[in-house]
Amino acid sequence: MKILVTAKRVEDPESKIKVKPDGSGIVQEGLKYKINPFDEIGVEEGLRLVAKHGGEVVVVSIGGKEVQEQLRHALAMGATRAVWVNHTGPLDQMGVAGLLQKVAEKEKPDLVILGKQAIDDDQNQVGQYLAEFLGWGQATFASKVESLESEQEKNKVPALQMGADNKSVRVVREVDNGLATLECALPAVVTTDLRLNLPRYASLPGIMKAKSKPIEELTPAKLSVDVTPKVQVLKMASPPPRKAGIKVPDVATLVDKLRNEAKVV
Amino acid sequence: MLQGYGLYLEEHEAFRRTVRAVVEKELKPFASQWEEQEEFPRELFTRFGELGFLGLKYPEVHGGSNAGELYEAVLLEEMGRCGSGGVAAGLGAQHTIATGPLHKFGTEEQKQRFLAPAIRGEKIGALGITEPNGGSDVAGLRTTARRDGDHYVVNGSKTYITNGVRADFVVLAVKTNPDAGHKGLSLLVVEKGTPGFSVGRKLKKLGWRASDTGELFFEDCRVPAANLLGGLEGQGFYQIMGNFQWERLSLALGALGAMAEMLEVVMAHVKDRRAFGHALHEFQVVRHRIAELATDFEAARQLTYHALRLHVGGEYAIAQTSMAKKVATETACRVADACLQLHGGAGYMMEYDIQRHWRDARLGPIGGGTSEIMNEIIAKQLGL
Ligand SMILES: Cc1cc2nc3c(=O)[nH]c(=O)nc-3n(C[C@H](O)[C@H](O)[C@H](O)COP(=O)(O)OP(=O)(O)OC[C@H]3O[C@@H](n4cnc5c(N)ncnc54)[C@H](O)[C@@H]3O)c2cc1C
Ligand SMILES: Cc1cc2nc3c(=O)[nH]c(=O)nc-3n(C[C@H](O)[C@H](O)[C@H](O)COP(=O)(O)OP(=O)(O)OC[C@H]3O[C@@H](n4cnc5c(N)ncnc54)[C@H](O)[C@@H]3O)c2cc1C
Repeated sequence: MKILVTAKRVEDPESKIKVKPDGSGIVQEGLKYKINPFDEIGVEEGLRLVAKHGGEVVVVSIGGKEVQEQLRHALAMGATRAVWVNHTGPLDQMGVAGLLQKVAEKEKPDLVILGKQAIDDDQNQVGQYLAEFLGWGQATFASKVESLESEQEKNKVPALQMGADNKSVRVVREVDNGLATLECALPAVVTTDLRLNLPRYASLPGIMKAKSKPIEELTPAKLSVDVTPKVQVLKMASPPPRKAGIKVPDVATLVDKLRNEAKVV
Repeated sequence: MLQGYGLYLEEHEAFRRTVRAVVEKELKPFASQWEEQEEFPRELFTRFGELGFLGLKYPEVHGGSNAGELYEAVLLEEMGRCGSGGVAAGLGAQHTIATGPLHKFGTEEQKQRFLAPAIRGEKIGALGITEPNGGSDVAGLRTTARRDGDHYVVNGSKTYITNGVRADFVVLAVKTNPDAGHKGLSLLVVEKGTPGFSVGRKLKKLGWRASDTGELFFEDCRVPAANLLGGLEGQGFYQIMGNFQWERLSLALGALGAMAEMLEVVMAHVKDRRAFGHALHEFQVVRHRIAELATDFEAARQLTYHALRLHVGGEYAIAQTSMAKKVATETACRVADACLQLHGGAGYMMEYDIQRHWRDARLGPIGGGTSEIMNEIIAKQLGL
C-alpha cells in the first residue's frame, strides 16, 4: 500500500517564543525548528503499516528550502521518498489542504496520514478540509486501545487495522468520553492523536540512507493551486502572564472560593 | 553561523538530534536517581548497543556502522549533557577505551569474541592500566604475566578501573618482561570468572558516582595465551598509546557537552532568581561573568575541534590533543565553579544539578592522564 504522510516544520516547543512588538508575527531569530510531533507520529504509523502490509511511505511538506530538513528527518526514520511543495509566504489551512489534495491526486495513496493539528498554531483543520476536497472518508484523532507501555507498542504493531482485502481501515479515535471505533473505506484521511504510538529515533544508518533518497520539488503553480489566503491574521499577542496563585487554609475555603469568586462550581 | 563549525556535516547534526532525543528521554530524567544509587541499569549497555551507539566507528563485520569518529565525537558531546558524568563514563569507557585497542590491535578471533558482543552491549568491557602504586607512569606498572605453556600466569592488582566491578572482560596492561621497561608491556584480555581473578569493592567517589569504579586482583590467574592482544608480546605500550589520543579527545569532548549544559542551567537560574529587587541577570556583573564563561567555553571548543580535525584527518596530533584535553577539562572545572557560585546557597545544595556538574568536572584533569602528564607530553613535543 502507499501512504502519504505530512511533515510540517514547526517551532521547537523547547525554544522561547516571543511575539514581535508590532504583533505581525513571532520573532524568528534564534528559534529552533523540528517536525510537528503529530506528523512524526504519522510517519511512525505509516512505517509500521508498510512493515506489515508492504508498500511505501511518501512524505510531503510545504514551505521554503528549510523544510527539506524535516523531510530528511522523515526519510531517515524510514520513509521511501519525499515531495517538497516549494512555497514561501502566507498560507492558510485551505491553501494547505488544496495543495495536499493535488499531491494526493497525483500520488494516489491508499491512506493520507496527517497530525490532528500542528503545534505552532493549533488549527486542527487541514485533515478535515483535505478529506472533503478529495471526497474521501476521514477518521480524526486516531489513537489506540493499548497503552504506550504495552507489548504491542514495544513490538511496533500498527494501531490502524486494515480490513481483510485492504479495502478499509479500522481506526480507534479519541473522543471526549472515551474511545470510538470507526471503519473507513479506502482511500481515506486519518489524523493522529498523541497516544497513537511512540515514534522511533532516526537511526544512523537511516540518516545515511536518507542522504540519497529523492525529494521531488513541486510548486503551487505546477499544481495549479491558488493559495491566496482566505484567512488573514490581524494581530498576534502573548497571553497575559499568569497571576500568582493563593494558598487556602482548608477545603471549605477552597470550595467557597470556587463557588463565589471563580464561580466554577 | 558556520554549519557545524566547519567540522560537522548536516548528517552529523541529524545524528546529534537523535542522540539528544535519547539523552532527553532515556537518560536525563533518571540521572539524579542513578547517581544516588551509585549505579545505572546494565540494560543501558544493550540499549546503546541496539541504538548502534557502541559501534559507530567500528566495521560492519563486527556489528558496527563504520561511520567514523566524528559521529562518536557527536555522541560524546551530547552524553556530556546527560547530567550524570557516571553514566557518560560507564558507557563511554565501553566504546572508547575498552574496545578501542581491541579494534585497532586485536586478532580477528579476539574481535569476534570480545569486540562484537561489546558493540551489541551484551558484554561490558573495561581497560585496566592504573595500579595502586601509580597510574601516570605507565612504563613502571608492576602487574606481571609469566608465560607458562599456552597460558599466561597473571599476578598483581589494578585500581580506579571504570566498569571494573561489572566488566565481563578487562583489557589488562601487564608486564610480560618485567625488566624491559615500556618494551616489556603487553595487553591481555582477561575474562570475568577466570580463576585467580577477583574484583574488590566498588569505590566511593567524589563524582562520576553512577559509574562503577573498581579494584581488580590477580593471583596466579591463568589466562589463555590466545587472549594476548594481537598475539604480540611487548607491544602493550604502543597499543595503549595508540588509543590514548582518542581517549583524551573523548574527555575533552565530554567536557564541552558538560559546559554547554552548565551554561544552560545557570542561564535559567539567573533569569529566574531575584535579589535586591532584580532578576540576577539584570546585574551587569552577572551578565559579564556569564559572557566570560561562554568565551572560555568557546576557546576550549575551538582548541578541541582543532585537535579533532587534525586527528580525523589522519594526523598523530599528540601535542594539540594533549593541549585540548588539558584546556577543555580545566575550563570545565572553572565554569562549573563559577556556575555554582552564581547559584548562591542553592549551588551548595544536593537538590540542585549544578553541584553534580561541579563534582563530575573535577575528574577531567585527572583521568586519562593528568594535566601534569599532558604538560610532560607537550614539553617533549616542544623538544624540551
Ligand atoms: C573515576 C576514575 C576512573 C578511572 N578509570 C580508569 C580506567 O578505566 N582505567 C584505568 O586504567 N585507569 C582509570 N583511572 C585512573 C586514572 O587514569 C589515574 O588516576 C590517572 O592517570 C592518575 O594516576 P594516579 O592516580 O596513579 O596518580 P599519580 O600517578 O599518583 O599522580 C599523583 C600526582 O602526581 C603528578 N605526577 C605524576 N607523575 C608526574 C610527573 N612525572 N611530573 C609531574 N607530576 C607528576 C600527577 O599529575 C598527579 O597530580 C580512573 C581514575 C578515576 C579517578
Ligand atoms: C551550608 C549553608 C549554611 C548556611 N547557613 C546559614 C545560616 O545559618 N543562617 C542564614 O541566615 N543563612 C545561612 N546560609 C545562607 C547563605 O548565607 C546564603 O546562601 C548566601 O548569603 C547567599 O545568598 P543566596 O543563597 O540567597 O544567593 P543569591 O542571593 O540568590 O545569590 C546568587 C548569586 O547572585 C549573586 N548576587 C546576588 N546579588 C547580587 C548583586 N547585587 N550584584 C551581583 N551579584 C549578586 C550572588 O553573589 C550569587 O553569586 C547558609 C548557606 C549554606 C549553603
